[in-house]
Amino acid sequence: MQRAWAIIERELRRFRRSPTLIAVSMLFPIVQLVVLGYAFGGNVKRLKLGVVDQDHGVPAVRLRELAGAVAANARTFEPIPYDDQGRALSDLRDGRINGVLTIPPEFSRRSLIHDEPRVALIEDNTDNFVSNALAGSLTALVGAYNRPAATSDRTPGDATLEVVEIYPYVPYIQYLLPGAISMSIFMMVMIGGGIIFIDDKARGLHEGYLVTPITKLELIAGFNLSGAIKAVLSGSVLMTVGSVIAGIPDPFEPLRLMRLFLVIVVVALALVSMMFLLMVRVSDPLLPRAIFGVLNTLLFFPSGAVYPQQAFPGWMRAIAAVDPFTYAVHAFKSLLLKNTGLHAVAGDLAYLVVFSALAMTAATLLFKRTL
Amino acid sequence: MTAAATSGAAIDVRQITKRFNNFTAVDAITFAVERGEVFGLLGPNGAGKSTLIRMLTTLIPPTSGTALVDGCDIVRQADGVRRAIGVIPQAMTSDLELSARENLLIFAKLYGVSRDRRRRLIPELLAAVELTQWADRPVKTLSGGMRRRLEVARGLVHEPRILFLDEPTTGLDPVSRVSVWEMLQRIRGHQDLTVLLTTHYMDEADRLCDRVAIVDHGKLMALDSPLRLKASVPGENVLEVSFSATPPDWVERLRSLPGVAGVSGEPPVFRIVSERGPATTMALLEAAETAGLAVQSLAVQSTTLDDVFVHYTGRQLRDALQAPSPADRLVGMGRR
Repeated sequence: MQRAWAIIERELRRFRRSPTLIAVSMLFPIVQLVVLGYAFGGNVKRLKLGVVDQDHGVPAVRLRELAGAVAANARTFEPIPYDDQGRALSDLRDGRINGVLTIPPEFSRRSLIHDEPRVALIEDNTDNFVSNALAGSLTALVGAYNRPAATSDRTPGDATLEVVEIYPYVPYIQYLLPGAISMSIFMMVMIGGGIIFIDDKARGLHEGYLVTPITKLELIAGFNLSGAIKAVLSGSVLMTVGSVIAGIPDPFEPLRLMRLFLVIVVVALALVSMMFLLMVRVSDPLLPRAIFGVLNTLLFFPSGAVYPQQAFPGWMRAIAAVDPFTYAVHAFKSLLLKNTGLHAVAGDLAYLVVFSALAMTAATLLFKRTL
Repeated sequence: MTAAATSGAAIDVRQITKRFNNFTAVDAITFAVERGEVFGLLGPNGAGKSTLIRMLTTLIPPTSGTALVDGCDIVRQADGVRRAIGVIPQAMTSDLELSARENLLIFAKLYGVSRDRRRRLIPELLAAVELTQWADRPVKTLSGGMRRRLEVARGLVHEPRILFLDEPTTGLDPVSRVSVWEMLQRIRGHQDLTVLLTTHYMDEADRLCDRVAIVDHGKLMALDSPLRLKASVPGENVLEVSFSATPPDWVERLRSLPGVAGVSGEPPVFRIVSERGPATTMALLEAAETAGLAVQSLAVQSTTLDDVFVHYTGRQLRDALQAPSPADRLVGMGRR
């Protein structure tokens, strides 16, 4: 038993002398508790609802007022007026808004003559949480519209809401795929870029580089591009295999594959740059392993990969706003689930490119070409 | 043609100093290494050898002073220095997952060696370090001696003019050490190469080096050829003798023997430095017999670099080796 105690003593002594490990191992569950606690099950709010009023009659105005009341109180959605239905639908397909409420030209007339007045909700059903919340809220709104405060001869007839989904049904596995691709890139960046980078540094391999005529920029380019290439390979495999497993329609369409590949490359560069910035002055091989879980939780769950960001509290939406995962997941969702063009993900790509440039500039300034 | 091609010294170190906070690892050292010379820095751990070699190989900047390597200033013309030198660091840093040939290939590319030269040089180097047979095996399957030989080949892959070896045989078994020595001598015989090596092995410095600098506590204590260094120590022979027991005045009796230049050690084991080894030995045996003391062991040997080290530093190298190495702690941070 003395020998067993010797092992226990050794381990505890080592543990005591690893403050990073102690801090991170205690921090990780707290981060996970808070992030996961708020990542799932919150009420979806602040959805963007395009409202196309083709009628402009009194009943239509009343319907729009009710929508304004929802925006002011329950805040499930914010109505955005559109004059042109085509533009509203285009924005819907590009992911700028979550749904389009169309009040047709005959709505007021049909309403007043009790001739089955109808409004239509055309919704982006690639996120079931969002589409259910939107449909539920608008069903309640139409219900409220149908319950006037007083009845008279001029009481309009009951309106009905017709829900139109613009995409085929999206099962949850497809919904998760964009996050999984982002995660595969992140994992490879973390292992191939972070952990191996620090391990090589600790083993003295970098010393071997530093005595050669290689320049600082060549070194940085070598480290980061090798990490990015590995990450691109990982992301490409996951994108291809994952699309088949998840049942993405027409998974090998060449144009979409090319667009996805471009996004994978940009995401890989962004995550590699971030990792290089985090690790540029680190020499303890334990550190990248220790922060792996924390970073994973902190970046993945707020990104909207598993639950819509519209359900998050403000602090988590603030993380999501700067989190490169957010833009990666959004871009992959647009291309995989909606088969949009690159214009729909231009904002995501622009953010990721700027993020890469800033992180790489900071890391380059911090990188030392000496020991 | 570089400036070095016209100047005499391959390495010209001038008052170089390195301080880490309040600790002075290298203290105003000056020396020059001639072209084609094998120069040894001999000293215990913490003496400042590795810090000095790291400065000369541009890995860390000096606090003051400077050095020219192949005519290039180590701070202002670091790139020129890097092109001229090959470095075999103390730690084994070859990629374990890659083969010996792949390791050489990667480093040849890092040095910008052309494809044609790579095709010629890599097989030649593998043959020179006797690794042709194991060239395509992962390095992790090679023995420590083989890995060290591979590191030496890696340091030569761009045909440098100057080779730095930081403790090239530390951690190797005696057979592997001899194998590395033979390889270094063979390579030196084939190409015009200046070598600066650090070691804390006396026999290594004695066997390989044309000149040896003894370094202790960051200072240069002595510098000359091994032969001259040994000659500079009083006495030509060292007698190591142990008795079963000795009387209290026995040290004085030993000092009075003919030819004795000095006596050290703890009773009943003594180390006697003599200028006339045979005469001292005869007198010692007679004195022991007269005093009725039994001689348990007696060894007579020529003066070694160990004796030189004791002479110049006032302590045994093996004692000095026990001391911790503050410079290694400060410079080699993060290394396992």
